[in-house]
Amino acid sequence: MSKRNLTIAVTALNNIDSPGPGIPVIRALKDSKKFNVRIIGLSYDALEPGIYMHDLVDKTYQIPLPSAGQQSLLNRLEYIHNIEKVDVIIPNFDAELFNFIKLQDTLKKMGIHSFLPTLEQFEERHKWALTEFGTKYHIHVPKSKMINSMAEIHTLAYEFGYPLVVKGKFYDASVAYSPDQALGYFNKISGKWGLPIIIQQYTQGTEVNLTGIGDGKGNLIGAVPMRKTYITDKGKAWAGVALDDPKLMDIARKMVKGNKWRGGFELEMIRTDRNEYYLIEINPRFPAWVYLAVGAGQNHPEALVEMALGDEVKPFTTYESGKMFVRYSYDQIVDLKEFETISTMGEL
Amino acid sequence: MKILKNLALSDTGFVFNPSTGDSFSVNPIGLGILKDFKDGKSEDDIKKRMMAEYQTDKETIEKDLYDFMKMIEQFNLTEYHEQA
Repeated sequence: MSKRNLTIAVTALNNIDSPGPGIPVIRALKDSKKFNVRIIGLSYDALEPGIYMHDLVDKTYQIPLPSAGQQSLLNRLEYIHNIEKVDVIIPNFDAELFNFIKLQDTLKKMGIHSFLPTLEQFEERHKWALTEFGTKYHIHVPKSKMINSMAEIHTLAYEFGYPLVVKGKFYDASVAYSPDQALGYFNKISGKWGLPIIIQQYTQGTEVNLTGIGDGKGNLIGAVPMRKTYITDKGKAWAGVALDDPKLMDIARKMVKGNKWRGGFELEMIRTDRNEYYLIEINPRFPAWVYLAVGAGQNHPEALVEMALGDEVKPFTTYESGKMFVRYSYDQIVDLKEFETISTMGEL
Repeated sequence: MKILKNLALSDTGFVFNPSTGDSFSVNPIGLGILKDFKDGKSEDDIKKRMMAEYQTDKETIEKDLYDFMKMIEQFNLTEYHEQA
Protein backbone atom coordinates (compact mmCIF):
# COMPACT_ATOMS: atom_id res chain seq x y z
CA MET A 1 0.00 0.00 0.00
CA SER A 2 1.45 3.36 -0.98
CA LYS A 3 1.70 5.96 1.71
CA ARG A 4 -0.21 9.21 1.50
CA ASN A 5 1.84 12.41 1.62
CA LEU A 6 0.48 14.78 4.24
CA THR A 7 1.51 18.09 5.74
CA ILE A 8 0.56 18.21 9.40
CA ALA A 9 0.88 21.20 11.73
CA VAL A 10 1.46 20.43 15.40
CA THR A 11 1.69 22.66 18.50
CA ALA A 12 3.29 22.06 21.92
CA LEU A 13 6.92 21.66 20.92
CA ASN A 14 7.97 22.39 24.50
CA ASN A 15 9.70 19.11 25.19
CA ILE A 16 10.91 20.33 28.59
CA ASP A 17 10.71 18.96 32.16
CA SER A 18 6.95 19.46 32.04
CA PRO A 19 6.60 18.43 28.42
CA GLY A 20 3.92 19.28 25.92
CA PRO A 21 2.54 16.46 23.77
CA GLY A 22 3.78 17.89 20.45
CA ILE A 23 7.00 15.92 20.02
CA PRO A 24 5.48 12.56 21.05
CA VAL A 25 2.60 13.20 18.64
CA ILE A 26 5.09 13.97 15.87
CA ARG A 27 7.07 10.80 16.63
CA ALA A 28 3.83 8.82 16.38
CA LEU A 29 3.04 10.41 13.00
CA LYS A 30 6.56 9.74 11.74
CA ASP A 31 6.01 6.07 12.69
CA SER A 32 2.84 5.89 10.60
CA LYS A 33 2.64 3.08 8.08
CA LYS A 34 -0.07 4.95 6.20
CA PHE A 35 1.38 8.44 5.72
CA ASN A 36 4.58 10.20 4.81
CA VAL A 37 4.38 13.34 6.87
CA ARG A 38 5.92 16.75 6.56
CA ILE A 39 5.69 18.35 9.99
CA ILE A 40 5.04 22.03 10.51
CA GLY A 41 5.79 23.00 14.09
CA LEU A 42 3.75 25.81 15.61
CA SER A 43 5.53 27.43 18.54
CA TYR A 44 4.89 30.15 21.09
CA ASP A 45 8.40 30.60 22.43
CA ALA A 46 11.77 30.67 20.69
CA LEU A 47 13.22 28.21 23.19
CA GLU A 48 10.76 25.37 22.66
CA PRO A 49 13.17 22.48 22.03
CA GLY A 50 11.09 21.00 19.20
CA ILE A 51 11.87 24.00 17.00
CA TYR A 52 15.46 22.74 16.76
CA MET A 53 14.65 19.03 16.28
CA HIS A 54 15.08 19.09 12.53
CA ASP A 55 14.81 15.32 12.17
CA LEU A 56 11.25 15.56 13.52
CA VAL A 57 10.08 19.08 12.65
CA ASP A 58 10.57 20.22 9.06
CA LYS A 59 9.66 23.88 9.53
CA THR A 60 8.46 25.93 12.48
CA TYR A 61 6.34 29.05 12.65
CA GLN A 62 5.66 31.12 15.74
CA ILE A 63 1.97 31.65 16.36
CA PRO A 64 0.31 34.27 18.59
CA LEU A 65 -0.50 33.41 22.20
CA PRO A 66 -4.11 32.30 22.81
CA SER A 67 -4.79 35.61 24.59
CA ALA A 68 -4.27 37.45 21.28
CA GLY A 69 -7.60 36.02 20.09
CA GLN A 70 -9.00 34.03 17.22
CA GLN A 71 -8.56 36.60 14.46
CA SER A 72 -4.91 36.98 15.18
CA LEU A 73 -4.45 33.18 15.13
CA LEU A 74 -6.46 32.88 11.92
CA ASN A 75 -4.35 35.54 10.18
CA ARG A 76 -1.19 33.69 11.09
CA LEU A 77 -2.58 30.29 10.04
CA GLU A 78 -3.67 31.76 6.69
CA TYR A 79 -0.13 32.99 6.12
CA ILE A 80 1.33 29.57 7.04
CA HIS A 81 -1.23 27.70 4.93
CA ASN A 82 -0.45 29.80 1.86
CA ILE A 83 3.14 28.62 2.05
CA GLU A 84 2.81 25.10 3.43
CA LYS A 85 -0.62 23.83 2.30
CA VAL A 86 -1.41 22.23 5.63
CA ASP A 87 -3.67 19.15 5.44
CA VAL A 88 -4.25 18.58 9.16
CA ILE A 89 -3.66 20.61 12.29
CA ILE A 90 -3.24 19.06 15.76
CA PRO A 91 -3.36 21.55 18.64
CA ASN A 92 -2.03 20.00 21.85
CA PHE A 93 -2.39 22.68 24.52
CA ASP A 94 -5.49 23.02 26.69
CA ALA A 95 -5.17 26.81 26.66
CA GLU A 96 -5.24 27.10 22.86
CA LEU A 97 -8.06 24.62 22.22
CA PHE A 98 -10.91 27.09 22.61
CA ASN A 99 -9.61 29.20 19.73
CA PHE A 100 -8.95 26.18 17.53
CA ILE A 101 -12.41 24.73 18.22
CA LYS A 102 -13.98 28.06 17.29
CA LEU A 103 -11.92 28.27 14.11
CA GLN A 104 -12.23 24.65 12.99
CA ASP A 105 -14.99 25.26 10.41
CA THR A 106 -13.17 28.22 8.91
CA LEU A 107 -9.97 26.21 8.76
CA LYS A 108 -11.76 23.30 7.12
CA LYS A 109 -13.04 25.60 4.37
CA MET A 110 -9.41 26.54 3.78
CA GLY A 111 -8.54 22.84 3.50
CA ILE A 112 -7.05 22.42 6.98
CA HIS A 113 -8.65 19.46 8.73
CA SER A 114 -8.76 18.86 12.46
CA PHE A 115 -10.44 16.44 14.83
CA LEU A 116 -11.33 18.27 18.01
CA PRO A 117 -13.89 17.91 20.79
CA THR A 118 -17.02 19.99 20.42
CA LEU A 119 -17.23 23.17 22.47
CA GLU A 120 -19.79 21.51 24.74
CA GLN A 121 -17.49 18.52 25.35
CA PHE A 122 -14.58 20.86 25.97
CA GLU A 123 -16.52 23.01 28.43
CA GLU A 124 -18.25 20.32 30.45
CA ARG A 125 -15.02 18.54 31.44
CA HIS A 126 -13.39 21.66 32.88
CA LYS A 127 -11.93 21.14 36.33
CA TRP A 128 -14.52 23.40 37.90
CA ALA A 129 -17.37 21.41 36.31
CA LEU A 130 -16.04 17.94 37.10
CA THR A 131 -18.59 17.17 39.81
CA GLU A 132 -21.49 17.65 37.39
CA PHE A 133 -19.53 15.69 34.78
CA GLY A 134 -19.15 12.76 37.17
CA THR A 135 -22.84 12.77 38.00
CA LYS A 136 -23.81 12.90 34.32
CA TYR A 137 -21.56 10.02 33.25
CA HIS A 138 -21.69 7.96 36.46
CA ILE A 139 -18.02 8.38 37.34
CA HIS A 140 -16.83 8.98 40.92
CA VAL A 141 -15.32 12.45 41.28
CA PRO A 142 -13.72 13.89 44.44
CA LYS A 143 -15.61 16.84 45.86
CA SER A 144 -14.32 20.15 44.49
CA LYS A 145 -15.12 23.85 44.37
CA MET A 146 -13.83 26.99 42.71
CA ILE A 147 -12.46 29.86 44.71
CA ASN A 148 -11.59 33.33 43.52
CA SER A 149 -10.00 34.97 46.55
CA MET A 150 -7.50 34.22 49.29
CA ALA A 151 -10.17 34.99 51.88
CA GLU A 152 -11.95 31.76 50.97
CA ILE A 153 -8.95 29.63 52.02
CA HIS A 154 -9.96 29.91 55.67
CA THR A 155 -13.32 28.25 55.04
CA LEU A 156 -11.75 25.15 53.48
CA ALA A 157 -10.70 23.33 56.64
CA TYR A 158 -14.31 22.83 57.65
CA GLU A 159 -15.53 21.95 54.18
CA PHE A 160 -12.70 19.71 52.92
CA GLY A 161 -10.33 19.01 55.80
CA TYR A 162 -6.60 18.73 55.19
CA PRO A 163 -4.82 17.64 53.10
CA LEU A 164 -6.57 19.05 50.06
CA VAL A 165 -5.52 19.68 46.47
CA VAL A 166 -5.04 23.21 45.04
CA LYS A 167 -5.30 23.28 41.25
CA GLY A 168 -4.88 25.83 38.48
CA LYS A 169 -7.60 26.22 35.87
CA PHE A 170 -5.42 24.79 33.12
CA TYR A 171 -2.31 23.30 34.71
CA ASP A 172 -0.58 22.70 38.04
CA ALA A 173 -1.80 20.94 41.15
CA SER A 174 -0.30 20.76 44.65
CA VAL A 175 -1.33 18.96 47.80
CA ALA A 176 -1.66 21.38 50.74
CA TYR A 177 -1.43 20.05 54.29
CA SER A 178 -2.29 23.32 56.04
CA PRO A 179 -4.07 26.64 55.36
CA ASP A 180 -0.67 28.35 55.08
CA GLN A 181 0.42 25.92 52.38
CA ALA A 182 -2.92 26.29 50.61
CA LEU A 183 -2.46 30.07 50.63
CA GLY A 184 1.03 29.72 49.20
CA TYR A 185 -0.18 27.46 46.38
CA PHE A 186 -3.15 29.75 45.72
CA ASN A 187 -0.77 32.66 45.11
CA LYS A 188 1.73 30.63 43.11
CA ILE A 189 -0.78 28.94 40.81
CA SER A 190 -3.11 31.93 40.33
CA GLY A 191 -0.06 34.07 39.57
CA LYS A 192 0.80 31.73 36.72
CA TRP A 193 -2.56 30.63 35.33
CA GLY A 194 -5.02 33.20 36.72
CA LEU A 195 -8.29 32.62 38.57
CA PRO A 196 -10.31 30.66 39.49
CA ILE A 197 -8.41 28.19 41.62
CA ILE A 198 -9.98 24.78 42.09
CA ILE A 199 -9.95 23.13 45.49
CA GLN A 200 -10.35 19.37 45.39
CA GLN A 201 -10.75 16.80 48.12
CA TYR A 202 -7.61 14.72 48.53
CA THR A 203 -8.16 11.09 47.56
CA GLN A 204 -5.75 8.49 48.90
CA GLY A 205 -4.64 5.92 46.36
CA THR A 206 -2.54 5.29 43.26
CA GLU A 207 -2.73 7.61 40.29
CA VAL A 208 -3.54 5.78 37.07
CA ASN A 209 -4.00 7.51 33.74
CA LEU A 210 -5.44 6.58 30.39
CA THR A 211 -4.74 8.01 26.95
CA GLY A 212 -7.63 7.52 24.56
CA ILE A 213 -9.32 8.65 21.39
CA GLY A 214 -13.01 8.86 20.55
CA ASP A 215 -14.60 9.00 17.10
CA GLY A 216 -17.28 11.56 17.98
CA LYS A 217 -20.02 8.95 17.51
CA GLY A 218 -19.70 7.25 20.89
CA ASN A 219 -16.98 4.74 20.02
CA LEU A 220 -13.70 4.45 21.85
CA ILE A 221 -11.23 3.99 19.00
CA GLY A 222 -8.25 3.29 21.23
CA ALA A 223 -7.15 3.47 24.86
CA VAL A 224 -4.07 2.55 26.87
CA PRO A 225 -3.92 2.85 30.67
CA MET A 226 -0.64 3.72 32.39
CA ARG A 227 0.83 4.09 35.85
CA LYS A 228 3.66 6.51 36.48
CA THR A 229 6.64 4.61 37.87
CA TYR A 230 8.95 7.61 38.21
CA ILE A 231 7.55 11.03 38.98
CA THR A 232 9.39 14.37 38.76
CA ASP A 233 9.09 17.06 41.40
CA LYS A 234 6.51 18.67 39.08
CA GLY A 235 4.41 15.54 39.31
CA LYS A 236 5.14 14.59 35.71
CA ALA A 237 5.80 11.05 34.58
CA TRP A 238 9.47 10.40 33.83
CA ALA A 239 8.76 6.70 33.44
CA GLY A 240 5.56 4.72 33.20
CA VAL A 241 4.17 1.31 32.40
CA ALA A 242 1.14 0.27 30.35
CA LEU A 243 -1.42 -1.51 32.54
CA ASP A 244 -3.92 -4.26 32.03
CA ASP A 245 -6.81 -2.45 33.69
CA PRO A 246 -10.23 -3.56 32.42
CA LYS A 247 -12.11 -1.40 34.93
CA LEU A 248 -10.39 1.79 33.78
CA MET A 249 -10.96 0.80 30.15
CA ASP A 250 -14.62 0.35 30.97
CA ILE A 251 -14.83 3.82 32.52
CA ALA A 252 -13.27 5.31 29.37
CA ARG A 253 -15.64 3.34 27.13
CA LYS A 254 -18.67 4.50 29.11
CA MET A 255 -17.56 8.11 29.09
CA VAL A 256 -16.97 8.14 25.33
CA LYS A 257 -20.27 6.40 24.72
CA GLY A 258 -22.05 8.94 26.92
CA ASN A 259 -20.54 12.18 25.68
CA LYS A 260 -19.50 11.04 22.17
CA TRP A 261 -16.03 12.40 22.77
CA ARG A 262 -14.30 13.53 19.60
CA GLY A 263 -10.51 13.37 19.45
CA GLY A 264 -7.73 12.57 21.87
CA PHE A 265 -8.10 12.76 25.63
CA GLU A 266 -6.47 11.75 28.87
CA LEU A 267 -8.22 10.53 32.00
CA GLU A 268 -6.38 11.09 35.26
CA MET A 269 -7.79 8.84 37.96
CA ILE A 270 -7.01 7.75 41.50
CA ARG A 271 -7.44 4.05 42.22
CA THR A 272 -8.07 3.51 45.91
CA ASP A 273 -7.05 0.45 47.93
CA ARG A 274 -10.66 -0.69 47.63
CA ASN A 275 -10.27 -0.68 43.84
CA GLU A 276 -12.57 2.31 43.38
CA TYR A 277 -11.72 4.85 40.69
CA TYR A 278 -12.01 8.61 41.16
CA LEU A 279 -11.70 10.97 38.23
CA ILE A 280 -9.44 13.88 39.08
CA GLU A 281 -9.04 15.40 35.65
CA ILE A 282 -9.83 15.03 31.95
CA ASN A 283 -7.41 16.58 29.51
CA PRO A 284 -9.04 17.36 26.17
CA ARG A 285 -6.03 16.31 24.10
CA PHE A 286 -3.34 13.66 23.99
CA PRO A 287 -1.01 13.54 27.01
CA ALA A 288 2.76 13.97 26.70
CA TRP A 289 3.15 10.21 27.24
CA VAL A 290 0.95 9.32 24.22
CA TYR A 291 3.92 7.69 22.48
CA LEU A 292 3.62 4.83 25.00
CA ALA A 293 0.34 3.94 23.27
CA VAL A 294 2.24 3.68 19.98
CA GLY A 295 4.85 1.47 21.67
CA ALA A 296 2.09 -0.69 23.10
CA GLY A 297 0.54 -1.17 19.66
CA GLN A 298 -1.98 1.65 19.21
CA ASN A 299 -1.01 4.67 17.14
CA HIS A 300 -3.62 7.16 18.35
CA PRO A 301 -2.24 10.25 16.55
CA GLU A 302 -2.32 8.32 13.26
CA ALA A 303 -5.95 7.36 13.92
CA LEU A 304 -6.77 10.99 14.71
CA VAL A 305 -5.33 12.15 11.38
CA GLU A 306 -7.33 9.51 9.53
CA MET A 307 -10.54 10.61 11.23
CA ALA A 308 -9.73 14.28 10.60
CA LEU A 309 -9.54 13.43 6.89
CA GLY A 310 -12.90 11.67 7.06
CA ASP A 311 -11.61 8.10 6.89
CA GLU A 312 -13.41 5.31 8.68
CA VAL A 313 -11.23 4.01 11.50
CA LYS A 314 -11.80 0.67 13.19
CA PRO A 315 -11.27 0.55 16.97
CA PHE A 316 -8.05 -0.97 18.24
CA THR A 317 -8.77 -4.22 20.05
CA THR A 318 -5.48 -5.01 21.77
CA TYR A 319 -2.36 -3.45 23.23
CA GLU A 320 0.63 -4.82 25.06
CA SER A 321 0.52 -4.24 28.81
CA GLY A 322 3.88 -4.09 30.54
CA LYS A 323 5.36 -1.90 27.81
CA MET A 324 7.25 0.94 29.49
CA PHE A 325 8.54 4.38 28.65
CA VAL A 326 11.56 6.01 30.25
CA ARG A 327 12.16 9.65 29.40
CA TYR A 328 15.55 11.26 29.08
CA SER A 329 16.93 14.75 28.72
CA TYR A 330 19.30 15.72 25.93
CA ASP A 331 21.28 18.86 25.27
CA GLN A 332 20.81 19.97 21.70
CA ILE A 333 23.50 22.20 20.30
CA VAL A 334 21.91 25.10 18.46
CA ASP A 335 23.58 27.75 16.32
CA LEU A 336 22.85 31.27 17.46
CA LYS A 337 21.77 32.00 13.88
CA GLU A 338 18.85 29.60 14.25
CA PHE A 339 17.74 31.17 17.51
CA GLU A 340 18.10 34.59 15.88
CA THR A 341 15.99 33.53 12.88
CA ILE A 342 13.07 32.15 14.91
CA SER A 343 13.25 35.12 17.31
CA THR A 344 13.28 37.83 14.66
CA MET A 345 11.56 36.28 11.64
CA GLY A 346 9.09 34.06 13.54
CA GLU A 347 9.92 31.03 11.43
CA LEU A 348 12.72 28.54 11.04
CA MET B 1 -4.37 -19.28 47.52
CA LYS B 2 -5.43 -17.82 44.18
CA ILE B 3 -2.72 -15.83 42.48
CA LEU B 4 -3.72 -13.12 39.97
CA LYS B 5 -4.49 -14.77 36.65
CA ASN B 6 -2.59 -12.15 34.66
CA LEU B 7 0.51 -12.12 36.89
CA ALA B 8 3.58 -12.44 34.67
CA LEU B 9 6.34 -14.74 35.97
CA SER B 10 9.69 -14.85 34.25
CA ASP B 11 12.20 -17.67 34.66
CA THR B 12 14.70 -15.06 35.88
CA GLY B 13 12.49 -14.45 38.93
CA PHE B 14 11.07 -11.16 37.65
CA VAL B 15 7.39 -10.82 38.59
CA PHE B 16 5.12 -8.24 36.95
CA ASN B 17 1.59 -7.34 37.96
CA PRO B 18 0.04 -5.82 34.82
CA SER B 19 -2.97 -4.54 36.77
CA THR B 20 -0.92 -2.21 38.96
CA GLY B 21 2.37 -1.93 37.10
CA ASP B 22 4.25 -3.20 40.16
CA SER B 23 7.26 -5.44 39.62
CA PHE B 24 9.22 -7.65 42.02
CA SER B 25 12.19 -9.97 42.09
CA VAL B 26 11.96 -13.36 43.76
CA ASN B 27 14.54 -16.07 44.30
CA PRO B 28 14.14 -19.54 42.73
CA ILE B 29 12.28 -20.84 45.80
CA GLY B 30 9.78 -17.96 45.69
CA LEU B 31 9.38 -18.38 41.93
CA GLY B 32 8.62 -22.08 42.41
CA ILE B 33 5.93 -21.27 44.97
CA LEU B 34 4.31 -18.62 42.76
CA LYS B 35 4.34 -20.97 39.78
CA ASP B 36 2.76 -23.71 41.87
CA PHE B 37 -0.01 -21.44 43.09
CA LYS B 38 -0.57 -20.18 39.56
CA ASP B 39 -0.86 -23.78 38.37
CA GLY B 40 -3.62 -24.27 40.92
CA LYS B 41 -1.64 -26.36 43.41
CA SER B 42 -2.73 -26.30 47.05
CA GLU B 43 -0.69 -25.19 50.03
CA ASP B 44 -0.30 -28.86 51.04
CA ASP B 45 0.94 -29.81 47.55
CA ILE B 46 3.56 -27.09 47.76
CA LYS B 47 4.68 -28.14 51.23
CA LYS B 48 5.09 -31.74 50.03
CA ARG B 49 7.09 -30.65 47.00
CA MET B 50 9.35 -28.49 49.14
CA MET B 51 9.84 -31.25 51.72
CA ALA B 52 11.01 -33.51 48.93
CA GLU B 53 13.20 -30.86 47.35
CA TYR B 54 14.90 -29.22 50.34
CA GLN B 55 16.63 -30.83 53.26
CA THR B 56 14.88 -29.08 56.10
CA ASP B 57 12.19 -29.78 58.67
CA LYS B 58 8.46 -29.40 58.18
CA GLU B 59 8.12 -26.55 60.68
CA THR B 60 10.65 -24.36 58.86
CA ILE B 61 8.94 -24.96 55.53
CA GLU B 62 5.51 -24.19 57.01
CA LYS B 63 6.77 -21.01 58.66
CA ASP B 64 8.61 -19.75 55.56
CA LEU B 65 5.72 -20.60 53.26
CA TYR B 66 3.29 -18.81 55.58
CA ASP B 67 5.55 -15.71 55.62
CA PHE B 68 5.82 -15.74 51.84
CA MET B 69 2.06 -16.12 51.39
CA LYS B 70 1.45 -13.16 53.69
CA MET B 71 3.88 -11.15 51.62
CA ILE B 72 2.06 -12.12 48.41
CA GLU B 73 -1.19 -10.93 49.95
CA GLN B 74 0.38 -7.71 51.17
CA PHE B 75 1.62 -6.90 47.69
CA ASN B 76 -1.87 -7.43 46.26
CA LEU B 77 -0.90 -10.37 44.08
CA THR B 78 -3.93 -12.46 44.97
CA GLU B 79 -7.34 -12.65 43.35
CA TYR B 80 -8.92 -11.64 46.65
CA HIS B 81 -7.33 -8.20 46.41
CA GLU B 82 -8.28 -7.89 42.76
CA GLN B 83 -11.96 -8.26 43.64
CA ALA B 84 -11.90 -6.11 46.77
